[in-house]
Amino acid sequence: MYITFNPIDVGPLLNEARPSDGGVCVFLGVVRNENEGQPTISIQYEVYGPMAEAEMGRIARQIAEEWPEVRLILQHRAGKLGVGEVSVAVVATAPHRAEAFAACRAAIDRVKVSVPIWKKEFHPDGSSAWVDPTRNRLEDGGAGGLGET
Amino acid sequence: MRVNLLYFASFREASGRAEEARELPEGTRVVDLWRRVAREIPRLAAFPTMPPAAVNHEYVGGDTVLRDGDEVAFLPPVAGG
Repeated sequence: MYITFNPIDVGPLLNEARPSDGGVCVFLGVVRNENEGQPTISIQYEVYGPMAEAEMGRIARQIAEEWPEVRLILQHRAGKLGVGEVSVAVVATAPHRAEAFAACRAAIDRVKVSVPIWKKEFHPDGSSAWVDPTRNRLEDGGAGGLGET
Repeated sequence: MRVNLLYFASFREASGRAEEARELPEGTRVVDLWRRVAREIPRLAAFPTMPPAAVNHEYVGGDTVLRDGDEVAFLPPVAGG
């Protein structure tokens, strides 16, 4: 299972390295306290569970094909997270660091592009907004569509 | 035939529901279903083109023909990480 509602504990993930691994590359995404200048107090992660599992599995298989010597671990949180909490963890272990770095970077980049996960930011003033990396926002109560170019 | 249509995130809020069963004519394509949905839900019609779509947990193109029992979702821009 790649999706979890429980806090991500990084320690056990690091023990997955094999005796032949000389490099362990870790990427952690954490909830930060602002986005585009607007303060954030928490983020709600909504996940299309079965498809997210399938898509992360597909990414893991892709990475395994491209970097056969890498062992990859992926985890993503669902639910409401406060500032500083880990939302996603990628651990790539390999005999040498170059492959570990490359696979780790490719994995997180692909997760962001295609895994069906959405986040809603909550602000100190009580307002909230869906994060849209493509900028085609559907604002609460608005006509929706193509604002903010 | 009947498909199950799922809504997530901003689309769920715009439509006011998380899922619904839909009765469709045989031969309906994914893009045909999107046009129906966008006509019914004005805030989705504001989307310039068909958003990414999934059938049975896999991304598909708009020309994909739907079958009885399919699980269909139109996906607002994803923002994992």
